[in-house]
Amino acid sequence: MRRPTKDTEESARRITRRGLILGGSMIGFMGVLAGRMRYMQVDQAEQFRLLAEENRINIRLIPPARGLIFDRTGTPIAANTQNYRIVIVREDAGDLDETFAKLRKLVPLSDADVERAMREIRRRSPFVPVTIADQLAWEDVSEVAVNAPALPGVTPEVGLTRHYPLGEDFAHVVGYVGPVSDYDLSKLENPDPLLQIPKFQIGKVGLEAKREDVLRGSAGTKRIEVNAGGRVMRELSRLEGKKGADLQLTLDHGLQNFVQARLAGESAASIVMDVHTGDILAIASAPSFDPNLFVRGISVSDYRRLTQNDHRPLADKSVQGTYPPGSTFKIVTALAAHEAGVVTAGETIYCSGYKKLGIRRFHCWKRGGHGFIDLHDSLMRSCDVYYYELAERVGIDRISEMARRLGIGIRHDLPMSAIAEGIAPTKEWKQSSYGESWRVGDSLNAAIGQGFVLASPLQLAVMTARVATGEGIHPRLVKSIDAVEQPVQSDGPLGISPTTLSQVRKAMYSVSNSRRGTAYRSRLLPDDMKLAGKTGTSQVRSVVVDNKNVPWDQRDHALFVCFAPYDNPRIAVSVVIEHGGGGSSAAAPVARDIVARALHGDLPPLDVFPSGERDSIAEIWDAMPLRREDGSFGRSDRA
Amino acid sequence: MSYLEYRVQTVPTGLRKILHLNWALVLLLTAVACFGFLMLYSVAGGSMHPWAEPQMKRFALGMVGMFVIAMVPIYIWRNVAAVAYAGSVLLLIAVELFGSTGMGAQRWIDLGFMRLQPSELMKITMVMFLAAYYDWLDIRKVSRIFWVILPLFIILLPTFLVLKQPDLGTAILLVAGGGIVMFAAGVHWAYFAVVIAAGAGLVTAVLKSRGTDWQLIKDYQYRRIDTFLDPESDPLGAGYHITQSKIALGSGGFSGRGFMQGTQSRLNFLPEKHTDFIFTTLAEEFGFIGAASLLTLYALIIVFCLASAFTNKDRFASLLTIGIAATFFLFFAVNMSMVMGLAPVVGVPLPLVSYGGSAMLVLLAAFGLIQSAHVHRPRDRS
Repeated sequence: MRRPTKDTEESARRITRRGLILGGSMIGFMGVLAGRMRYMQVDQAEQFRLLAEENRINIRLIPPARGLIFDRTGTPIAANTQNYRIVIVREDAGDLDETFAKLRKLVPLSDADVERAMREIRRRSPFVPVTIADQLAWEDVSEVAVNAPALPGVTPEVGLTRHYPLGEDFAHVVGYVGPVSDYDLSKLENPDPLLQIPKFQIGKVGLEAKREDVLRGSAGTKRIEVNAGGRVMRELSRLEGKKGADLQLTLDHGLQNFVQARLAGESAASIVMDVHTGDILAIASAPSFDPNLFVRGISVSDYRRLTQNDHRPLADKSVQGTYPPGSTFKIVTALAAHEAGVVTAGETIYCSGYKKLGIRRFHCWKRGGHGFIDLHDSLMRSCDVYYYELAERVGIDRISEMARRLGIGIRHDLPMSAIAEGIAPTKEWKQSSYGESWRVGDSLNAAIGQGFVLASPLQLAVMTARVATGEGIHPRLVKSIDAVEQPVQSDGPLGISPTTLSQVRKAMYSVSNSRRGTAYRSRLLPDDMKLAGKTGTSQVRSVVVDNKNVPWDQRDHALFVCFAPYDNPRIAVSVVIEHGGGGSSAAAPVARDIVARALHGDLPPLDVFPSGERDSIAEIWDAMPLRREDGSFGRSDRA
Repeated sequence: MSYLEYRVQTVPTGLRKILHLNWALVLLLTAVACFGFLMLYSVAGGSMHPWAEPQMKRFALGMVGMFVIAMVPIYIWRNVAAVAYAGSVLLLIAVELFGSTGMGAQRWIDLGFMRLQPSELMKITMVMFLAAYYDWLDIRKVSRIFWVILPLFIILLPTFLVLKQPDLGTAILLVAGGGIVMFAAGVHWAYFAVVIAAGAGLVTAVLKSRGTDWQLIKDYQYRRIDTFLDPESDPLGAGYHITQSKIALGSGGFSGRGFMQGTQSRLNFLPEKHTDFIFTTLAEEFGFIGAASLLTLYALIIVFCLASAFTNKDRFASLLTIGIAATFFLFFAVNMSMVMGLAPVVGVPLPLVSYGGSAMLVLLAAFGLIQSAHVHRPRDRS
């Protein structure tokens, strides 16, 4: 089929015509594209460049190192240690199952660890490092490092974590840190951005929580370039943060260890305080727990073991626990009555074994009575009737006023958790708390530290220290912050006449050093260790029973407070042993040992004790879980 | 047969054909490909691997193929057009049946040394077949209804197969490319007006019916259309790519951020940065100057092709040349519109620049056809 030339010409013309239209449209559209390009790249370039910068630059926080905590001798109580962990990057790792199988031969990994890691790996982007194991020993990490070629994508990393080298000794006072929880964040009005860092450690309890403000420090920042997936490409600039402040405490780690060890096995608390500065030298609550468990994240079984223990290891009995102070409160009653002038020191009161109030009889612990008795003997022998009489004469409000002056019924300002206020009852207080009016019988009970009166071991120590010096000193726990000495606080003289005070002190001396004193067995022989104390036995139940033959939790609390040395007081000690039985039999020997240890500065020689007591003391000390110099625990080497 | 009109004596023969190639076009193609090599080197972080080197090898292979195809007389290509078309359709069906699944769509046939995308081949063979059809058809019948419906089938059959893959980008290119060949062949205006009007009417009806009683499609389908038309309404999903792409483009500014200095592509904010979105890297690193230069090169290629078509008296040759040039134009026009946020994101590569074997080889083969048409054009006796 031959095509006519005319058709060919016509066709070529038509194609050219249509082709020109097409070509024109194409060039036109390209003009549109060029215009759009110009608009974006020239007119709006600035705006887009800004967006590109925002895309690539991220600001990250650098967590500051937490401030350290030392005891008064400079021994670390809370330190930051290298935390070795192993992380895996999936995109570099190859076969995960194989990698984990190899890893388990090198590092202790539980099935749960592996499962948790696998879950996280699946959830994250392949280049995000996922922690497989945390808090590893250096040996494990070095094993992994040595075997690195066989473990692609697995790398050891190091960060800082809190460590409490002295373990249980300071668990209650220092507390512990833990990762920030949602609950922690919800409590804060304007949370520090640092808290958003995953697993950032903040103080949870105790000093760590109360002085979080100075311990935390402030965050540094680094500007980093990230890619679309969030992977860090390089660091552009860095602004270092400020390390948290170091705290030096007034505590002495050796004494603290001794006190904690001496209380071992009991549910008890004890405080040793410098009477002049208020420095707390030791503040122990037994039983204790290992705060390092909480830093790592405590296991359910460990936690259950702590919460189900009837001796309540988690409670800080030294400041949170309040107890009827028992006969130790007679010091307060005596001072209140003599200061009020309702009785004189030489005046005797007859103790027939009970005091009759209306139809009720208020018994003395000594059924047969003490006969005619004055201030000195009543305190030394702990006569109850004498104080019933005093209470009736002086009234509860003046007793409570004296209690508060001595530090009972007020909250002492220490950086510790849940410090108890205790109760120094008044008429008004009972009316508002119970809606009942105060009865004279209530005063009688309060006079011997029973009834409504409640005091914490800390308050008893403060009371004793104030009696010893006549000064209104306040307890102090933090000695210095970043080497800046914290002030000693005192209200100045208590305003109690020196005569009365010295008469009470003399009586306390007799408690421990007179043959008829309730704590005579727990005396110390050297003149520079003479105790002046007061026993207390506070009833848990209303009926006096034989403490040996009832269940533990129904026995009386045993208390003892003392200061020493008598003629030149340096320290005040309070000991409370829950359900310990009697103050003279259970609490006084403990206080005696603590005083001897504190004044001697180390384990004292046995010849400071009465010869008849030495064997039993040696036996107790040998069984004590004291910390050795090398940091291990065990029986003391004082052979 | 139009070949009989050739003054055979004046058509160069043997190796003399090489002198008669459209060398300007060869240089332009090489220049565009060099832009590609440069960008592939850059997006790989300054490395010939994994993209620039294979791309260069393919370009070299493609150039050889182009020369070989150019040496073969154009009438032979016309004669095999129908077979080529049928073969491509069969390959498309083969992909449908047992192709490898890549990126969620069945598109490849693995030939061992390379992966063949029959849809790429289809764009060219369909144009060839249409050109051959209009070469065969009496020009007086071109606008008759029956002879208009026939090429419609030629276009819609592969379009349907490609849509099933699904590859919307290629489908659009096929319909537009085929339509342009029909337009160039002289099909009456009215047909195009009717089709465009009907299409516009349908779209309007669908969009207008939203929320009324006679709503034509389901709500979720409307939502899909919404994201398709306005991806920025979904900034972390479909809109993420286009937003990042626009940021890259705009932040290039007039003179660019410098070779290998583009933060958007360096830091992986750009998706598919070595394939469909490679233009954004170019625009980011070389700025308006670089982007406009590439656009100019493309424009020159179109101009040279059209000039060759207009001077060619052979109907098949000029229709083929226009069709291929138009397909080439559609490639880069759709791609650039897409990365600049003027058009929805459909998978269309930037021709000769984007990394990809099939597209590169098929395009160079197509330019081989244009060269063949150019070399073997009928010449006046002189």
